[in-house]
Amino acid sequence: MPDPRSTSPAVRVVVAVLLIAPFVVYLAVPSYARVKPRLAGFPFFYWWQLLWVIITAVFIGIAYLLTRTGGRR
Amino acid sequence: MSDVNGVELTVFIIFFALVTVMGFAAARWRRGQTLMHLDEWGLAGRGFGTFTTWFLLGGDLYTAYTFIAVPAAVFAGGAMGFWALPYAAIAYPIVFLIGPRLWSVSHVHGYVTTADFVRGRFGSKSLGLAVALTGIMAMMPYIALQLVGIQAVLTVIGVKGSGLAKDLPLLIAFALLAAYTYTSGLRAPALIAFVKDSLIYLVIIVAIIYIPTKLGGWGHIFDSAQASLAKPNPATGKPSGSLITSDMTHWAYGTLALGSALALFIYPHTVTGTLASGRRNVIKRNAALLPAYSLLLGLLALLGYMALAQPDVAAAVKAAKNPQLAVPTLFDHVFPSWFAGVAFAAIGVGALVPAAIMSIAASNLFTRNVYKEFFRPDASPAEQTRVAQLVSLLVKLGALVFVLAFDKTLSINLQLLGGIWIVQTFPSLGLGLYTRWFHRWALLAGWAVAMVYGTLTAYNQHSPAQRHFAQSTADVPFLHHTAYIALTAFVLNMVVVLVLTAILRAARVPDGTDETDDGDYLADAGDPGVRERPELVAE
Repeated sequence: MPDPRSTSPAVRVVVAVLLIAPFVVYLAVPSYARVKPRLAGFPFFYWWQLLWVIITAVFIGIAYLLTRTGGRR
Repeated sequence: MSDVNGVELTVFIIFFALVTVMGFAAARWRRGQTLMHLDEWGLAGRGFGTFTTWFLLGGDLYTAYTFIAVPAAVFAGGAMGFWALPYAAIAYPIVFLIGPRLWSVSHVHGYVTTADFVRGRFGSKSLGLAVALTGIMAMMPYIALQLVGIQAVLTVIGVKGSGLAKDLPLLIAFALLAAYTYTSGLRAPALIAFVKDSLIYLVIIVAIIYIPTKLGGWGHIFDSAQASLAKPNPATGKPSGSLITSDMTHWAYGTLALGSALALFIYPHTVTGTLASGRRNVIKRNAALLPAYSLLLGLLALLGYMALAQPDVAAAVKAAKNPQLAVPTLFDHVFPSWFAGVAFAAIGVGALVPAAIMSIAASNLFTRNVYKEFFRPDASPAEQTRVAQLVSLLVKLGALVFVLAFDKTLSINLQLLGGIWIVQTFPSLGLGLYTRWFHRWALLAGWAVAMVYGTLTAYNQHSPAQRHFAQSTADVPFLHHTAYIALTAFVLNMVVVLVLTAILRAARVPDGTDETDDGDYLADAGDPGVRERPELVAE
């Protein structure tokens, strides 16, 4: 019998994608090892990675909201 | 810099003393409400909300690592040192996945340490012991890194000498830490966390807004740093680094980030912070909020470039042959003395408090999972406290050995060495929260093989400056790439675990009893069977 607190399979897939995406982006190091385009003086290498910190936080936030409602709490 | 900067030193001492006294005063003020007992610490461990947990966990990230070691790595090697940013980002999906489950099962079964959980989950005292010992070992170099941080600040202020007095700043740092932990336990650090973090935020925000304007903007900082990094290093004849990673360093960059991310939230001191929150959702919410710290960590890392962009700072740091001085020297040159003093106090307290929390986390592991489990099952609370105090002192002496024995050209290697060890408990701990399939003996064997491989490989790394433990990356067998040793050892660990589990299961070798149920991993505050954990931060 599934635990009523566990989340539905569809939500699980979405959450998995949200949580795995940052790993894919950050571990593909050669994809962002570039100087251009620059943003406010920052080479691409730096602003791209800083930007993804914010995106990672947003993704985790969405994952939280999804599992909270899906999991009753 | 040969003389002591009086203003800086005075401001440093005043702020330092103020923060410490405030912590003790607060502890005294609250003490009347509870009994003089180990559980007295308990107030720190009951029902922390999102906000407090954010501070508590964030405080674990903002240490000398962030302020001294990461900028030093960027100063010395350019883009290669920036891997700390992806690390601090991808650590949080991992927290989101393992934190809530660890919280739930710990609150159902009364686990206080990671070793408690592993022992209960796999029914193996020896596996619990392995996890406990690994935790204690891994804390020592991490504490050592904090000592190096305080040492760097004191050196720039001008507290230094020659001959025997050469190690004076280090001895002062050590004495401060020992006295602080011994008398205050965990209570004062927890209460100081707010003041400490506020002070640190102030300094960070001023540093990343004020210094770039003074140095001519970010674009100029990157360009000057690029020019400086491209100059051949006199020792090797090669450029010391570049603004972006190269084909040679992509692998090291990615594996250092991933390996450190696996390590971050299974360190004994961060687990304590996770378990101290009031509900499991608090952890999930924090996993989304804590990356705010990472953003600042990234900008702080760039202080290394600012130090490179300022010719007199870069020259002074290079003359001292100690990249750890990059940030303190930069502050010393661009800030007025009084504010440099404030900044140094922030760094000093920011290193001291985590170091105290770390040494207490390590001594908790020893007292609970080694001493009580194997030697004195009926030890009284008073006896446990005495043992814990003694061990916390021994752990710090161990840290001192790391500081003295290691070449300090890059102190970040100290933390990375701790990571090599702690990551080897991830299969039992992180994966153990999701699956019970692994056999206890397979986990133990995988851990042992990986610990030996990781330690030996790290030991064999040499550089012109140091014969052993010179770096934390090494060639990966068969792949011909340079990668973080922790991750290579982790892969080896997993191979051993999987193969041996299959064999042991086929041979029907008896497995330990799992005292946890599937439902335990989803339990929340208010559910039947979920206990409050007032003793969490207690012993």
